[in-house]
Amino acid sequence: MSYFEFLSQYGDRIVSGTLVTMALTVLASLLAVAIALAAGLMRMAPNRAVRGIATVYIEIFRGTSLLVQLYWIFFVLPLFGITLEKFTAGFVAVGMNLGAYGAELVRGAILSVPKGQWEAALALNMSPAKRMRRVILPQAVLIMLPSWGNLLIELLKGTALVALISVTDLMFQVKQINGTTFLSAEAFGTALVIYYVLARFMVTPFMRWLERFMMRKMGRV
Amino acid sequence: MDISDISDFPLALERDTAPMVSFRKVTKSYGSLVVLDALDLDVAEGEMVTIIGPSGSGKTTVLRMLMTLETINGGVIYVDGEPLTHMERDGRLVRANDRHLRKIRSKIGMCFQHFNLFPHMTALENCMEGPVHVLGLSKRQARERSEELLAMVGMADKRDQHPSRLSGGQQQRVAIARALAMRPKVMLFDEVTSALDPEVIGEVTNVIRELVGKHNLTMLMVTHQMGFAKDISDRICFFYGGRIEEQGTPEELFGNPQKERTRQFLSAVKEAT
Repeated sequence: MSYFEFLSQYGDRIVSGTLVTMALTVLASLLAVAIALAAGLMRMAPNRAVRGIATVYIEIFRGTSLLVQLYWIFFVLPLFGITLEKFTAGFVAVGMNLGAYGAELVRGAILSVPKGQWEAALALNMSPAKRMRRVILPQAVLIMLPSWGNLLIELLKGTALVALISVTDLMFQVKQINGTTFLSAEAFGTALVIYYVLARFMVTPFMRWLERFMMRKMGRV
Repeated sequence: MDISDISDFPLALERDTAPMVSFRKVTKSYGSLVVLDALDLDVAEGEMVTIIGPSGSGKTTVLRMLMTLETINGGVIYVDGEPLTHMERDGRLVRANDRHLRKIRSKIGMCFQHFNLFPHMTALENCMEGPVHVLGLSKRQARERSEELLAMVGMADKRDQHPSRLSGGQQQRVAIARALAMRPKVMLFDEVTSALDPEVIGEVTNVIRELVGKHNLTMLMVTHQMGFAKDISDRICFFYGGRIEEQGTPEELFGNPQKERTRQFLSAVKEAT
């Protein structure tokens, strides 16, 4: 079977798997950003309990394997009465894992906004929440965007693990194709190329665009 | 700080006779390093007081404490008759909470050595930020007020520029407009010309010159521009080692300094310029 025949026969499944992977990536990214922001801010809270919760979260999700976390969320949580549908379990696990890494990016970026900015905001008598939201975060976003680019590529690649709980993503589809045809080179080769293309020609350009957008807002272009 | 230290401090000063700013036995230290040592300093309403002195003498700390950017270790600071660093509870002074700080802080504005404009906002947005998001003015009111002030500091035509597109002198003028947009009663200028190229210092000092005597604004300034300080100040305080070594009118202090340390400092500064 030529590669062309392979594609025409299994193209549909590969496309449908790719779409699922993209959907997982987008949803997991949104979740990761939200969690990173919340946990990153909580890590800097004056209240020790709040800081503690964030620290425990970050330690657990950075310190253990994403695959194990995925299995926990899909197979163990139901024992405690929390049952997630496999697609949901998939993006929640990936999002929570990468969110823990993102939290440190958020914290680092906030800390690297010059002290003078905090002082100027205080001198204008802004409340702590306003200082953060109006003055510090917009500048922190610009500082952390390049690192988020890397993180989101990690996240995209991390979604491949959800195939192990039978989410019908790209990896799941090519595994199935491989299982019935034994065309391993074609099946996994195609997946390799698609993951690369998604990372290189979708995630990276999107992040570049976002950086340029933020730079324009800062009047730096 | 031991609260009993301040048990004999008044809960408030008599409104009509009180100075606009009053430091009473204010002490600031970092560990064993005493930066300010039982400082007493009153600034009357509408008065322009300049603080000079060698580096490390605690002059910037005075302004930063007044802006509540630094806490104090002893004594009380009063602003407009009310305690700033403390508040009354059950008939005695206790350390101020955030709410009290915000109330009193609203009377004070500050300009910094490095301008500290918000880089993600235009000049106009920088000026509107406080009025809209702190004072709760409508966008239209805030814009009118800000445009007026930007015009006053000669920055009307640059109002839509971001700080990165402005020179140091221009940024500092915007920063002055931004602080004034909050209508403070007290303005603090912390070495506002120190980070500027010599040729643009004049554009900033001219703006401050214009403010003197206007709106009955009380001003405290730390500067190394002796000529400028001499021209516009009502009073000069020479700080040395966390204390006021000598103070007086510009004529007295520059013309006939009484203390040896003042003379040494002034002649050292003179040589340098």
